[in-house]
Amino acid sequence: MSIVLTDLEKTINSQLTTALKKSEISFNQLFIEINPEDLISVILFLKTNEKCKFRQLIDITAVDYPGKLKRFKLVYLLLSHENNLRIVINVQIQDKTFIPSITKIFPSANWMEREVFDMYGISFKDHPDLRRILTDYGFEGYPLRKDFPLTGHTEVRYSEKEKKVITEPVKLDQDYRNFDFESPWEGTKYNKTVIKKDHKKES
Amino acid sequence: MVKKTKTMSLNFGPQHPAAHGVLRLILELDGEVVEKIDPHIGLLHRGTEKLIEHKTYLQALPYFDRLDYVAPMNQEHAFALAIEKLLKIEVPIRGQYIRVLFCEIGRILSHILNITTQALDVGALTPALWGFEERETLMTFYERVSGSRLHANYFRPGGVHKDLPTGLTNDINDFCIKFPKVLDDLETLLTDNRIFKQRNVNIGIVSKEEAIEHSFSGVMLRGSGISWDLRKSQPYECYNDFNFKIPIGKNGDCYDRYLCRIEEMRESIKIIKECIKNMPSGPVKSIDGKLTPPKRENLKHSMEALIHHFKLFSEGYRVPEGEIYTAVEAPKGEFGVFLISDGSNKPYKCKIRAPGFSHLQSMDHLLKGHMLADVPAVLGSLDIVFGEVDR
Repeated sequence: MSIVLTDLEKTINSQLTTALKKSEISFNQLFIEINPEDLISVILFLKTNEKCKFRQLIDITAVDYPGKLKRFKLVYLLLSHENNLRIVINVQIQDKTFIPSITKIFPSANWMEREVFDMYGISFKDHPDLRRILTDYGFEGYPLRKDFPLTGHTEVRYSEKEKKVITEPVKLDQDYRNFDFESPWEGTKYNKTVIKKDHKKES
Repeated sequence: MVKKTKTMSLNFGPQHPAAHGVLRLILELDGEVVEKIDPHIGLLHRGTEKLIEHKTYLQALPYFDRLDYVAPMNQEHAFALAIEKLLKIEVPIRGQYIRVLFCEIGRILSHILNITTQALDVGALTPALWGFEERETLMTFYERVSGSRLHANYFRPGGVHKDLPTGLTNDINDFCIKFPKVLDDLETLLTDNRIFKQRNVNIGIVSKEEAIEHSFSGVMLRGSGISWDLRKSQPYECYNDFNFKIPIGKNGDCYDRYLCRIEEMRESIKIIKECIKNMPSGPVKSIDGKLTPPKRENLKHSMEALIHHFKLFSEGYRVPEGEIYTAVEAPKGEFGVFLISDGSNKPYKCKIRAPGFSHLQSMDHLLKGHMLADVPAVLGSLDIVFGEVDR
């Protein structure tokens, strides 16, 4: 499969010369990185081109890197049945920017984009129905962002006094304890970098 | 006076026996004809992906049992494969065989549940009673190997938790001999049953193009005549060693999907039999002490084993930086895990790709113009389990 993968990388590289920011093969998968402006054209190309034929959208997701200027990385996973290949498309975007919706190309992108919107607050332009999908009615905040606490902000309970379900701020009897077991004295190489960028600790 | 037609909105669920869990549908009806369906999901959302980011790799594994709780081990498999690929470790061959064995048991578990509840949705009670008896037997196999009937936590990165207890393979073999008879019985109840056919033939038809466009996978794809099975096309584990066929449908309707599932169970039985016959000996998990816990008896004598044990269950292991997508052919379709590691002992990001999510999404498309009574029939054949759709 890896030989075909390098062929595919060459094809994509030659066809998408300027649109392509980066392409690499790691763990036997092809990753490409593009600009948000080129998203529609690149995905359309990958879907329709004879050599690519990525006709199935597997998933759309996002990753949050709070420290970076371009905070979010959108990830599109495509699959080609004909060639038996997969491709991962990465798009780096800033917070509060719009990204074109690909629902016109893949109808199944509808809910996937809704999920990304729900979890990360990334808005999609020209999406037919951008509502929250997994969280509760009237939910606020974007749960999968790294600055969202694991416990959430609110909790619901049935109030005997008001005779209805009410929402109130989370009260914890004991603070959430995030045990840090990573040992600082073990001299592995990647250990130090991990401790340096430990942004998870303060939240 | 002009006659005005008015559509009626109907709220279906979230607590309804035919909803297969907690699904709320807002239906727009013109008389009894469905005009629009708006599924509201997320009523079983537990924030699995967020929780996984806060747990070590070993602690995150049990969350996968709770996704598609009908076939737990198939889910664990995808996560374990992702970690193994990032760590670049090999699973010993016996471990791989045991995994295949239990994946196929999971497939039968899931398909029995689906077929019998689909029959229940269209009015047949008996298949559910007969099928659940077999599920019970299969779940005792789960229990004997992992100590738990549902939430197994058995496939661990590097292999499986423990070797098979003595006598289990014989009992599974006995089951494989008896089970085809049960399948035949189920088929006499359903396959040529007039009511079952009236309710399923030509209902919820999916063409090849639609199936691909709507990101279908698994039986939903094969029922429409596309021969695509990850076990064959992108073989993982030792599926290459096995001889099995991929049943495909012709018309892409609910009935064809039912037939596909029945045939898949027969193929699974073949795989299980072959697996037991050729079961190799040897270790069941990677022997690297930094990744898999030591044997209990070693803890009493070996200092190194004790240290390994302590480190594994407190700090866990660190996974080298990288991004990976691994997918397995779960009973419901392509179940994938997109895992990003930042080199620490916890996943930086873990996206779970559930097959049911895209299947449920197409409800509106599939049911436009159908009658209200077809809603549960199509819903049944989509094979939805809310544990994995809502995550």
